[in-house]
Amino acid sequence: MKSIIERIKKGHFWQFHGGIHPPEQKFLTNDKPIRTVELPQELIIPLQQHIGQSGELLIKPGDKVLKGQQLTQFSSPMAVPVHAPTSGLVTAVKPSTIAHPSGLNDLCIFITPDGEDKWQERKSCENFYQLSQHELISKIANAGIAGMGGAGFPTHIKTNTQSSVNYLIINAAECEPYITADDLLIREQSTTIIDGIKILDLLLKPEYILIGIEDNKPEAIKVLKQGTKDIEKIIVCVLPTKYPTGGEKQLIKALTGLEVPSDKLPLSLGIVMQNVATCYAIADAVINDTPLLKRVVTITGQALEKPQNIWALLGTPINYLLAQCGYLINNDKHLIMGGPMMGFSLANDNVPIVKTTNCILAPSEEEISTKTKEVDCIRCGQCADVCPSQLLPQELQWSAKAKDHNQLMKLNLFDCIDCGACAYVCPSQIPLVQYYRVAKAEIRQQQILDLQAEKAKGRFEARKLRLDKEKLAREAKHKKAAEARKAAMNNKTASGKSATSAVAAALARVKAKKLGAKAPQEENIVNVSDITQRTSDLSDKQSQVAIVIAKAKANKEAVKAVNSVANEKNETTTKIVKEKTTKDKALDITLVVEQKKEMTKAATEHSTTPTLAIADDNKEIKRKEAVAKIMAKKKIKKQQEIETK
Amino acid sequence: MTTIIAILVLGTMASLFGALLGYASIKYKVKGDPLAEQIDDMLPQTQCGQCGYPGCKPYAKAVAEGEAINKCAPGGDDTIKKIAELMGVDVQPLNESHEQDNNPKVAFIIEEDCIGCTKCIQACPVDAILGAAKQMHTIIVDECTGCDLCVAPCPVDCIEMRPLVPTTQNWQWDLNTIPVTRLD
Repeated sequence: MKSIIERIKKGHFWQFHGGIHPPEQKFLTNDKPIRTVELPQELIIPLQQHIGQSGELLIKPGDKVLKGQQLTQFSSPMAVPVHAPTSGLVTAVKPSTIAHPSGLNDLCIFITPDGEDKWQERKSCENFYQLSQHELISKIANAGIAGMGGAGFPTHIKTNTQSSVNYLIINAAECEPYITADDLLIREQSTTIIDGIKILDLLLKPEYILIGIEDNKPEAIKVLKQGTKDIEKIIVCVLPTKYPTGGEKQLIKALTGLEVPSDKLPLSLGIVMQNVATCYAIADAVINDTPLLKRVVTITGQALEKPQNIWALLGTPINYLLAQCGYLINNDKHLIMGGPMMGFSLANDNVPIVKTTNCILAPSEEEISTKTKEVDCIRCGQCADVCPSQLLPQELQWSAKAKDHNQLMKLNLFDCIDCGACAYVCPSQIPLVQYYRVAKAEIRQQQILDLQAEKAKGRFEARKLRLDKEKLAREAKHKKAAEARKAAMNNKTASGKSATSAVAAALARVKAKKLGAKAPQEENIVNVSDITQRTSDLSDKQSQVAIVIAKAKANKEAVKAVNSVANEKNETTTKIVKEKTTKDKALDITLVVEQKKEMTKAATEHSTTPTLAIADDNKEIKRKEAVAKIMAKKKIKKQQEIETK
Repeated sequence: MTTIIAILVLGTMASLFGALLGYASIKYKVKGDPLAEQIDDMLPQTQCGQCGYPGCKPYAKAVAEGEAINKCAPGGDDTIKKIAELMGVDVQPLNESHEQDNNPKVAFIIEEDCIGCTKCIQACPVDAILGAAKQMHTIIVDECTGCDLCVAPCPVDCIEMRPLVPTTQNWQWDLNTIPVTRLD
């Protein structure tokens, strides 16, 4: 470590692989102070402005909020709250276009400012050295600070580490063309930034603090050197200007010569990196009890009359900021959030400024053409020369086009930092980095799908197991019940006797009837015996109920049959009529018994939990039938479609 | 004499190896069909039964025994490609009797119409429907595989398949679709 520090103190730094020197275009905005603008008509605050989960809402439409009031609370450690940037009225909580390349909608809080800009109660803390580690971290977490360099990683997690830290690196490189937000912030707010660095020093206790800054910001370097000359452990490291020096891994390599291994965090090497704007926000939160409500945004590009850095409240729609900077309205509008290398085109100009927005670029058509003229790769290999992650962009491109995910993983696609250097140098104007972005999203999606498939399989198998278990349990129960019945039948108790004798009597009566009556009555017997047959097949409950009913019915029937037989003997003239009635009665019995059967079935179904529904041998058949039905439906649909075509 | 020794030696060796093989076949017995397991891992596990088999595993078993590899509609061409690679057979286009549209969908119960008959609950292969008899049912979206097996049993036709809404988490980059327009 000593040799590293000696080397740094001499002004010798390391080189990371590749890199490019695009036109800087920083002159557009770096000569003007940061401007404050009036409150916009409406603020749109997305609930999620960082990596991780969004918090839970604390307010509802119609609520009045004060400046700095917390709007969401967080239950999980990765969530970061958002705050009201000014006092006013919450008009709505609804989905709106967010700052995301997809242009998709997400939940946003709409606030109409009341113009008073009234603060909630604040407790400023002059001497932060008195605060404990825990108090400092909770202040940072409650202020809703997420990494302001672009990634938006929750700061309170990054600062709350148990492992020892060798280097705290403050990233002031700002390597991307056009952007001057950090440069201006350092020039104007260096004391607060240095206070922020001191707080980080308290939290992380690093051995050295290195401030990495590119040599194209002479004024900022001067201010920083001036401010830190009394503090021994802070070293301002002036690096040669090269894109992408500001990349986390690249800056670590340039300053310390260490390389962060693939899929590892810099913390594994004892390094923590924070952006200068984050340091400012930390100091503001700890000292002034001010949550993250505003940030410096570079509004630039040749389509603007007065490009300038602006202190923008979070949630300010960008069309308001563009109007403040004299946006020349043209039809073919192209707006980029972030810089020209790593930014993304916006779907519309009503997107709000969020915690990670450092630049809005409104280029003219000559500056950045929207029309790409991609031609075939000529295999010149320039992309591999400039890749800061030492990947093979050309190979990656082939695999990305072929959607060969395995090959992409072998080529370490996920080590790509999306810097766009390869696309910048490509003589065939292939938008290489866009292909990688697509491929990365596809691979992530595939991973999600694989996880879901795994889960679905688990659930399916668990269900099958449960159904089998239930089936076995039911069978065992039936067997037991059948045995119990048998025992009761054999038992010479009064009830057993009566039950047997009743059935036997009924059967005898039926037999007698069969003998006595003619063909139509034969049908009845078939029905009755059929019922007894069926009832014995049913589950114990069902069969018991059914038997009781059948017995009752049979008794009644038998009485009637006896009567009818008697009548037959006495009045042969009414015989046919009686026959008819008995036939009807028998049919009624079948119906009633059937109904009862249905009811008992339903009852047993309901008595068990509904999800644990019937699963007998018919289950498989039913399922197959359902499948067949769906297939048939689909076939018909298809046929219809073909016909309509 | 030499002949006897030869027979003895060879006989001993044969019985020795036979015993060894017999022991190994018991000790290292692979339960189930490893090929079917591998195929099962490639299938999307929607358990939809569109292949004609009751679930993904039965189809995987059938494929391992020589069934056509192009019957999995939700998996689409990607799955066919993977299985073809594993089985060492040619890639075939998806069976024509299936719908080509395999965009992700989830079932949705129109709750006003639901009568609480529990029929869909019994049909769901992954227990993704919550409800009780005569109570309104609902789909657990995160667990629904979009197999549409619950649609047919519904007596009041209150279940429909809706396409999954893209969020920023599952959104796919599409290079040419971002319209750069002004909102007024």
